[in-house]
Order: sequence, then C-alpha cells, then structure tokens
Amino acid sequence: MPEESGAKPPTVTPMRVVIALCLIAPFVAMLWVSSYAKIEPAFIGIPFFYWYQMLWVLVSTALTMIAYKLWQRDQRARKGGASA
Amino acid sequence: MKDGVNGVALAVFIFFFLAVTVIGFMAARWRKAENEASLDEWGLGGRSFGTWVTWFLLGGDLYTAYTFVAVPAAVYAAGAAGFFAVPYTILVYPLIFTFLPRLWSVSHKHGYVTTSDFVRGRFGSKGLSLAVALTGILATMPYIALQLVGIQAVLDVMGVGGGETTHWFIKDLPLLIAFAVLAAYTYSSGLRAPALIAFVKDGLIYLVIAVAIIYIPIKLGGFDTIFAAAGEKFSAANEAAGKPVAGLAPGASGQWVYATLALGSALALFMYPHSITATLSSRSREVIRRNTTILPLYSLMLGLLALLGFMAIAAGIKVQNGQLAIPQLFENMFPDWFAGVAFAAIGIGALVPAAIMSIAAANLFTRNIYKDFIKPDATPAQETKVSKLVSLLVKVGALAFVLTMDKTVAINFQLLGGIWILQTMPALVGGLFTRWFHRWALIAGWAVGMIYGTAAAYGVASPTQKHFGGSSKEIPGIGEIGYIGLTAFVLNVLVVVVLTFVLNALKAPAGVDETSPSDYTADIGDPGVKAELPPATAGAPGGH
Repeated sequence: MPEESGAKPPTVTPMRVVIALCLIAPFVAMLWVSSYAKIEPAFIGIPFFYWYQMLWVLVSTALTMIAYKLWQRDQRARKGGASA
Repeated sequence: MKDGVNGVALAVFIFFFLAVTVIGFMAARWRKAENEASLDEWGLGGRSFGTWVTWFLLGGDLYTAYTFVAVPAAVYAAGAAGFFAVPYTILVYPLIFTFLPRLWSVSHKHGYVTTSDFVRGRFGSKGLSLAVALTGILATMPYIALQLVGIQAVLDVMGVGGGETTHWFIKDLPLLIAFAVLAAYTYSSGLRAPALIAFVKDGLIYLVIAVAIIYIPIKLGGFDTIFAAAGEKFSAANEAAGKPVAGLAPGASGQWVYATLALGSALALFMYPHSITATLSSRSREVIRRNTTILPLYSLMLGLLALLGFMAIAAGIKVQNGQLAIPQLFENMFPDWFAGVAFAAIGIGALVPAAIMSIAAANLFTRNIYKDFIKPDATPAQETKVSKLVSLLVKVGALAFVLTMDKTVAINFQLLGGIWILQTMPALVGGLFTRWFHRWALIAGWAVGMIYGTAAAYGVASPTQKHFGGSSKEIPGIGEIGYIGLTAFVLNVLVVVVLTFVLNALKAPAGVDETSPSDYTADIGDPGVKAELPPATAGAPGGH
C-alpha cells in the first residue's frame, strides 16, 4: 500500500479510542475477580459467580463485534481517503 | 464403574469413528490445488479456508478432548477455581483481534508457514527462530499426549480399557488402532483432514452439551439441588483439610491465582503452534477478525461444560481419577446409545487437535530446523515430504510417552508447556508491533523465563506429588499466589527491555529486517498478496 506520510489521518481518533475501550473492557471486568466472587444473587439456582462470567461471554462478544464494525468503517474511510 | 463392556455405547462410538476415518481420507480431494507438493498445501490447507471452516478448525483445535475432560474434572474437584477457563477464553478474543491479523498479513506476504519463520525474517536471527521453534515443539508434544489421555478416559468408562491385570498390549490396542488411523489420514490429507472432521466433532459436541445441560439438571432436581450438593461436598473437604481447598466462589486468597491463570493462559493460547497453523490457513485478514466475533460461542459451551462438574457431584459420582468424572456422568445419566454419542464426541474431539498439533510441530521442524540448519536448499516437495514423516514421528513419540510413562508425567509436561510457550510471546507479538527489541535481548529474556518457570514449577508440591504439583506459586515482590507462567513472562519482558537499552547503546548488530511496515496490514487484493501463494520457498527471500 503506497501511503504518503503527509496525507496520513491522525493515528488516534475518537473512533479508535472507542475500539480500544471495547477491547480492554473484558480485561478489566474479568481480572477484577473480587467484583464477582460471590454466591448471591443466584439465577435459576446458579450462583452469581458462574452466571456473571457466562454473561460476560455474551457482553464481550457484543463488544468485539462493535470493535470489528468500527474498525471496518475506520479502514474504509482511510482507504477511500488515500485513493481520492 | 460398571463391569463389562457397554455394547450399545461401543457400537455407536465405533460407527462415528469409522465415519470420521472415511472423511479423513476423502479430505485429500477436498479443494485440491495444483501445487499439491508444497507445504502450503499439506500444512496449511492451501491457505484457502473461509470464515466457517476456520471457525470449526479453530474451535476443533482449541477446545480439545482434554479440555472437555479436564475442565469439568477441575470443577468437580475444586469448584470455582476450575472455572478460570471461562474468563481465560473470554480474554483470548480481544487479543486475537489485535495481533493475529498482522501476523496473517506478514506471513502471507512473505510465505511464512510458522511463527519461527516470522521471527527469523523480522529479527534476522536463526538462533531466536530456533528457540521459538524448539519451545513450540516441546510444548506441543505433551499436549498431543494428553489427547490420548482423553481417549483413554472414554475407553475406560466404556469398559474397553481392560482391568489392571489385562496384558498391556490388549489394554492399549484400541488406542493404538485409533492413533494408527489418525496418523494415516493426517499423512495423506494434511490439514484438510482435521478441518473436515472438525465439522463432525463440533456438531456432536454441541448436541451433547445442549442435551446434557437440559436433561441432567431435570433428572437431578434443578440447579438449586446441584449447587447445594456441591456446596456440602466442598465444605466437608475444607473441614477435612483444615484450610479452604474448594468452594463455590474463590476466597480472597484464590483470586490472584484465578486472575493470573486466566490472563496467562489467554496470552499463551495463541503462541501454540497449532493455533497459529489454524489461523494462517484462513483465506484473509477479515476471516480472522470476523471469527473473533463468532468464536466466543465455544466459550459459552465451555462454561456450560464446566457446570457438568457440579452435576457429577450431585449425581453422586465418586471416582479416584477426576478425569473419569464426566465420562462416568454420561454413562450413568444417559441411555446407552446417547452415551455412545457423547463418548464419540470426546474421542473425535481428541483426533482433530492431535492431527493439527502434529502438523504444526512437523512444520516447525521442517521449516526452522531441517531447512535452516540441515538442508537449506530443500525444495517445496522435499519440505512436504519431511513434514509428513515428522508428523508421524511426533505422534509415535506422543504415544510412546503415554504408554511408557505415568499419566501424571504427561500432565506435568503440559503444565510446563503452557509456561514455556508464553515465553515466546515477546519475540512474536513484540515483533509484530515493533522492531525496537534487540534480538539478543529477546533470546536472553526467553532463557530467563524458561529457567525461572521450570525451576518454580519444579518446586511446587501437592498432596500427591513432590514436584510439579501445580502451576501457581507466590509471586516474588507481591506476596500473593499467582500463575508461574505469568510471573516468568513478566521477568522475561523486564530482561528484554533492560538488555535492549544496553545493546542498543552498545550498537550491537541488530540483524536484517526483511519486512516493511505495510506488510503488516496487507490484505488479499493488495499488490504482492496473492490468493493462492506460490510454493513456500518462492515467497521467502534468499537473504539467509
């Protein structure tokens, strides 16, 4: 890809910050074990500890999906800008 | 354990095993390309896999039979501590999203087949590349051996394993047959065989989990009853031990272990050669990113699977060997024919990763030891031939390992493998983002991490073993108990950073970097990136 450094858009944009946050959030949530190391409230008999983490599988999936869509948009904008 | 052979279950098991064998051999003809004799074809399936094939392949690869047996077994034994596999697989996907597309691009551009190929090209250092290759092979071998442990557990519960008094040859014959068949179709079909079989494997696994997670709780009286039974068992165990050894939620002392194990394992997973092999076989960068949004389905399944450990407690299953808890639960709870389906799922779940791992280890040997050090002018056809033979050797080695040594040896080595493979991360992931690290610093950091990790793991005792009793130990300087692999990794990075400063100041030769910044973002359709690569050597410049 021939890219002139002069015409480059800024490396850090609001959209990229959002992408980074989406990717970092699961780390904060999962490594902060004391925030979810408890039994109550239980869901259909499953202690909080277990259903909360399974819920985070879905949350992190949604976040990755958002990051993916935003990244695609970011790349399209950049490629469009370069060829114009 | 019931006496005698469970005939119906065994028949169903054999049926699926035969079906998979046929698929394995037919896979050679699937999406066949012209340059059959190249390592790209045999070892990476022609780098042609789309989103769904990649999804099945990665899922089939990462969630192995051993996972299916070991994760619920850990929950069965210790409760919450065994559940770290779930946050671990949650953290894997943001990591993949960030660095694997870059590895894909640069590998595609330069025809890299293994991570060591990349490290050699990036840092111009055969020594560093050899270190990464050896670590990969060392870490993969016991992993393959553990797949056999998974099959053995299933065979045992079906009553085919024989008793203590049975002659070893009769006892191990089913395992020998299973592995001979696996070796034969991996040899002839390469990566295409596990890719196709992964469809069957995952189909069966999802079916079994869906049924198990609904059917077993109903039979046992709901999740309330299940967790109440588990809570009772754990408090009895804690009282007997005089300290907290198990529980429904990790206590204050267990939280560091939980978090560091999750993070360390997540970082290690994509350093394993077999994960990289499956990733590089995909058709484009987009396939990888798209996959990170659908792969978490497996994490959900793993979470449900872990809960089966509690169900085994509630169902009153008492086994000496925790590995047998889940197969035994299936045998007790399901009608015979469905137990057969479940056992087939676990058995086939062992074959897919074993095939991919042996291919990945063989690729490493061929590219980074054979070609770099023994026969630099090897043709693509010769490379493929060597790789095929080595894939056989690797499997025979793993088999010998399991049959001649105690099972705990394989488990100890697997534990060490996780610690070891993590030490290749600074070179690989660091190299993907920056060329600042000095190649000699990376080698030194790797050596420090390997030595510290091995020594620390050697010093961990458990009630049953004097050495290698676990993977957690007090973190020096922090005082909490944490995963050894992660501590070793931090040490490794510290050494790399400090030495890089020193070596750069001394102007030590940095080596030739054959990649350029745009290589890391290249995608299909860009100049110089072809959909179907020429034979592997044509892509690699002759600068070494």
